[in-house]
Amino acid sequence: MTQESISVTDGAATPHALPFPPLTRGWGWLAWFTTTDHKKIGILYMVTSLFFFGVGGIEALLIRVQLAAPEAKVLTPQEYNNIFTMHGTTMIFLVVMPIFIGIANYMVPLMVGARDVAFPRLNALGFWVFLLGGVVIYLAGFTGSLADAGWFSYAPLSEFSYSSRPGVDYWIVGLIETGVGTIGAAVNLLATIVRYRAPGMTWRRMPLFVWMMMITSLIILYALTPLNAGLIMLLGDRVLHMHFFRANVSGGSAILWQHIFWFFGHPEVYIMALPAFGIMSEVVPVFSRKPIFGYTFVAGSGVAIGLLSFMVWAHHMFAVGMTTAMNGAFSAASMLIAVPTGVKIFNWSTTMFRGRIRLDTPMLFAAAFIIQFVIGGITGVMFAAVPVDWQLTDSYFVVAHFHYVLFGGSMFGLWAGVYYWFPKITGRMMDNRLGKWHFWLAVVGFNMTFFVQHILGLVGMPRRVYTYPALPGYFAMNLISTIGAFILGAAVVIFLWNLVVSFRRGKPAGDNPWDAWTLEWATTSPPPEHNFEKLPPVRSARPLFDLNHPDLAEVTPHPETEGNA
Amino acid sequence: MTTANTSAGTNRGPTINRHKVGMLFFISSEIFFFLTLLSSYAYLSGAFGNLPKESLAVGRTFIFSLFLFSSSLTVWMAERAFHRGRNGAFRLWMLATIALGLVFLTGQGIEYHELMTSGITLSYDVFSSAFFTLTGFHGLHVITGLIMLSSLTGLSFAGKLGPKNESALATIAYYWHFVDAVWVAVFSVAYLIFV
Repeated sequence: MTQESISVTDGAATPHALPFPPLTRGWGWLAWFTTTDHKKIGILYMVTSLFFFGVGGIEALLIRVQLAAPEAKVLTPQEYNNIFTMHGTTMIFLVVMPIFIGIANYMVPLMVGARDVAFPRLNALGFWVFLLGGVVIYLAGFTGSLADAGWFSYAPLSEFSYSSRPGVDYWIVGLIETGVGTIGAAVNLLATIVRYRAPGMTWRRMPLFVWMMMITSLIILYALTPLNAGLIMLLGDRVLHMHFFRANVSGGSAILWQHIFWFFGHPEVYIMALPAFGIMSEVVPVFSRKPIFGYTFVAGSGVAIGLLSFMVWAHHMFAVGMTTAMNGAFSAASMLIAVPTGVKIFNWSTTMFRGRIRLDTPMLFAAAFIIQFVIGGITGVMFAAVPVDWQLTDSYFVVAHFHYVLFGGSMFGLWAGVYYWFPKITGRMMDNRLGKWHFWLAVVGFNMTFFVQHILGLVGMPRRVYTYPALPGYFAMNLISTIGAFILGAAVVIFLWNLVVSFRRGKPAGDNPWDAWTLEWATTSPPPEHNFEKLPPVRSARPLFDLNHPDLAEVTPHPETEGNA
Repeated sequence: MTTANTSAGTNRGPTINRHKVGMLFFISSEIFFFLTLLSSYAYLSGAFGNLPKESLAVGRTFIFSLFLFSSSLTVWMAERAFHRGRNGAFRLWMLATIALGLVFLTGQGIEYHELMTSGITLSYDVFSSAFFTLTGFHGLHVITGLIMLSSLTGLSFAGKLGPKNESALATIAYYWHFVDAVWVAVFSVAYLIFV
């Protein structure tokens, strides 16, 4: 028996309940600063991300207030630049990425039946370095200038000659730090998944959320170091007066920045989408009371997405004026990546087909995810066609497209996951009535905010403009969008309120409130510090289902014990 | 480790533990860091002009490179001595590795000194920016490796390095081989291809 494995029960025993353990021990609340427990670190990631979600959400509302009417003067142009830059940076680097990493930190060791992650101290270091980065980006506010060059900080605008105030420097240093922290988290998740799986958990029996987090972690490893290299070069240009991206002097290339940034930037989209795919692949089967349709295809298409995501970056650069061959190659690759993504949509839909669907809150969000993500996917394929891109790039159509993917997709998937796993993390159910209010307001608010932006883009409204003239339809559509944003804001407030009241006095959940089948439900809610007293045997991708319904259990063939498992 | 009712475990064999897995994933990530610096160097090289040819000492740097390359061999010898329990030989090979790394860094220092005294500083032009960034980050990795190697050697002299530290040595050796291999790419790109 190696020190890396934990003991296993015989098949007949049911895992028994444990007393409700305190969330902190010993040092009281100071324990949160010194902890190396993957569950506490996961909660730290989630709470930090929720805080930044509030900040980024307020920024979004400020943008929509400024754009509510033509020629509005709520913000100055400079403030507007600061706020849309910080909105994008915050939501991507300080909200969506870390909250999924937080959920993975909490859930992956439980789902593979491990006691902790492979490197608990590296895990803590990763979180605190990430937090430092987030704080540094906002600390720039004390210099009187937050970053204002957009979330992709195109050179030469981001160069010293055009953005001489220190906001961009803070942005660079902060992003390098969040990048380093995130790479630490990815190494940790990978080593955990490779080395710490429970006995019997072969690759084909691994929960799909774990599969998707494994692929996400690999993308993080190979996308974030190029970003950090590019950021270092940009910092060199700004601080040491180097020449990398300074096109006006001695042979630097502003286009090089675009290549480096989007070599990171497009895989980044999948860093934010694949964890949501993983959550979908857990929630949809459990609430359809059926095993996932085409397990292998879900896992395999995830791998295909991971590989292809590194071959499509220049579709963000069609407007640059690359060669026809480049345009064609990147256009084709970008259309290709829609295939494995479409496969997943089929997997979830066919899993729901003829299932006994339970419309609990997690499933509501999962269902909305499928529809909204498909809309975002279709506009994505449109952008893969070069002439369409030339017409619509940098218009509000782009804004609508990626919000359908990242809000209608990733955020809704995230919410499905939060309602699904909150009982495991806190031991209490989230309030159902508030959950329904949250869901319906979010669906109405989200689609109201962003659907009209497709039309705004088609009629020619450019993104990132501080204000606009009273052209026909502009006022009405922008006003609809702003009203929708406030409805969405109300939904988020209800969500946060639901978290608080449910944490305080939600209905006790028990170990496995959804009758789910992966290993995290085999322990108490919340799990004890050491995670498991006993593990059920793992003979398929649904060990708890096999345990609770022995008559229906199906065994996935094991490569080493073929036929006698 | 498993009872009769469970299938065979997935944690087989002691050969590749979490430390080695973690280091290998980390190194694979670092490869993309250097690939970015290398391809940026290549991308920008069209604007370098004759400066690399006039200012880089290819022959001398090649000689200094040989010191770094041979340090991969000495760290391997150190590992072998470690596994055979020969502490004296282990320390000797480790000291040799550190010395070879330091000689290499000296060569880089001479190169930098010559460039800077002839006015080619970080901010001189696009070549100097790319060159110092590429080789500088490799140099930082050499220094990191030397710090780790020295720590291990120090622990050994203090009598605090035992068989249980096998994976510490193995992972640091992985890292050192990686730093070596990166130099093959950096030297080829900066000194042989784009001059």
